[in-house]
Amino acid sequence: MAWFRKEKRKLTSAARREVPSDVFEKCPECGEILYRNRLSQNAQVCPACGHHHRMEAEGYVELLIDEGGFTETDRGMKSSDPLGFFDLKPYPQRLAAAERKSGRGDAVITGYGPLEGMPVNLAVMDFSFIGGSMGSVVGEKITRAARRSEREGEPLIVVSASGGARMMEGVLSLMQLAKTSAALARLHEARIPYVSILTDPTTGGVTASYAMLGDVNMAEPGALIGFAGPRVIEQTIKQALPEGFQRSEFLLEHGMVDVIVDRRAMKGRVAAYLRHMLGLPEPAVEKSD
Amino acid sequence: MEANAEFNRDIRELELQIDRLQELAQARGLDAGGELKALESKLAQLKERTPRPLTAMERVQLARHPQRPFTLDYVERIFTDFTELHGDRAFRDDQSIVGGWARLDGRTVMVVGHQRGRDMKENLLRNFGMPHPEGYRKALRLMHLADKFRHPVITIIDTPGAYPGMGAEERGQAEAIARNLREMAALRVPSISVVIGEGGSGGALALGVTDRILMLENAVYSVITAEGCAAILWKTAEAKEKAAAALKLTAPDLVELGIVDEVILEAGGGAHLDWDGTAENVKHTLTRHLAELAEMDPEDRRRARWTKYESMGSWQEPEEHTT
Ligand SMILES: [Zn+2]
Repeated sequence: MAWFRKEKRKLTSAARREVPSDVFEKCPECGEILYRNRLSQNAQVCPACGHHHRMEAEGYVELLIDEGGFTETDRGMKSSDPLGFFDLKPYPQRLAAAERKSGRGDAVITGYGPLEGMPVNLAVMDFSFIGGSMGSVVGEKITRAARRSEREGEPLIVVSASGGARMMEGVLSLMQLAKTSAALARLHEARIPYVSILTDPTTGGVTASYAMLGDVNMAEPGALIGFAGPRVIEQTIKQALPEGFQRSEFLLEHGMVDVIVDRRAMKGRVAAYLRHMLGLPEPAVEKSD
Repeated sequence: MEANAEFNRDIRELELQIDRLQELAQARGLDAGGELKALESKLAQLKERTPRPLTAMERVQLARHPQRPFTLDYVERIFTDFTELHGDRAFRDDQSIVGGWARLDGRTVMVVGHQRGRDMKENLLRNFGMPHPEGYRKALRLMHLADKFRHPVITIIDTPGAYPGMGAEERGQAEAIARNLREMAALRVPSISVVIGEGGSGGALALGVTDRILMLENAVYSVITAEGCAAILWKTAEAKEKAAAALKLTAPDLVELGIVDEVILEAGGGAHLDWDGTAENVKHTLTRHLAELAEMDPEDRRRARWTKYESMGSWQEPEEHTT
């Protein structure tokens, strides 16, 4: 596994040198040189081998919500640096850099809109914002999305991508696991469907709270999903992990997710689960002639 | 640090002596001026010799002190009629978590806690207090039992963290913790957690979603170990002192952050020096909080719990509201 990861990294950096990266991208899985445009049109899935490249958070909103129907909530909510945290640089400086890069206040987009006509609440995490880490803002926005679901009687969908709780907010970050799970307890009792979609990577506190609590847990192919990160486990057990450990397929085999879904078919699958849980009829099959 | 704790104990004893003398003198109309002066100068001397207050990292070390009382040591001193229950009914009995029925002043409660070992043999059995998923599932089974028979839940937190191993991942460490968080939030009975040593991240929180959170004065509670945080953010484990301070992981810090409800003082200069006295303090505080909770209507109590967790965190609202 260690060997495998190292090799992958080499390929990527080699690809960067060989091809102009603003126009082309080399698939780290099959080596195919891909037009970025074509990759985008294919939901960042390699047309040659089906490898799921990471997709930015907005991509999931587009993918799941009917065109033009999304209303974003609390876009500008920001961390208040409650601990005055300062490591090698001040936390507000890290936040500002992440905000410049992503154009949003923290590591999650929340909002609502129709999915195949069914009103849903959606939260999508952004791994590029300090590793998709969960601090107070992520916790609050997910909680608000869950509370809105409960109030409106509309399903909740959360797309996770996270390295875990955000260290720079200390135990307040840890408490976001409890806070979001408490909001899901209420949703659970209200019998409102909750769909959790796990993407690469989902580890730590996010996995150990809302990401694992779906009425249906769906994973993208090949995503790293776990509680402890692979490096921490390797250091603890002092041996290399087998290939595929903590990948989606491994989680399916061990009973932790219900299904692995190709991103391009995700919306339809989510809709099908929702209709079952909501007691809605099977949609009429459209005839082609 | 040991010396530090002893100094603190001596100071506290002297302060007590002075208080008593003053009270006595006042009650009997005596002049104890000379004696008081002597004691006070002794106290001043001692305070001067006493090093600064404990740093965050020193508290971390105290929280991990091998001579501190562990969960079963408290159970023995606080409760009577403890009858242990075992196993998750699915895989095995994880002995890094212990639990069972017990009585607090005669009243039945369910006690569940992490259990560390005192020597290598015990630690192999207890896995250094680091549970696997089946440990958390056993804990949840016991808490559901308590809910079923309407008895309060008391949890005792003392773990470096959930075990990061292959079996733990295969059997769903994340799912086990997540489920506990959600189910503890939904319990209809009163619940109190007491952090007695190290509150190590998600592995601690999996027993910690409760109406009240109490913490011993030298216990710590953190999202990551000081060493782990130092290694990641400072790129060197040497920075653990700085990381410990920055993480705000001590009991007084957590009261200030609105997470912990009350700090329980350790007797005799530290729990490791006075097991009985510290257990007595825990018992008093537990009893008081439990009495308060028991008076509440079950639905109100659950709602208060939800509101408490919902208010945790700190953020800036966006300038324009979109909702
Ligand atoms: Zn490919």
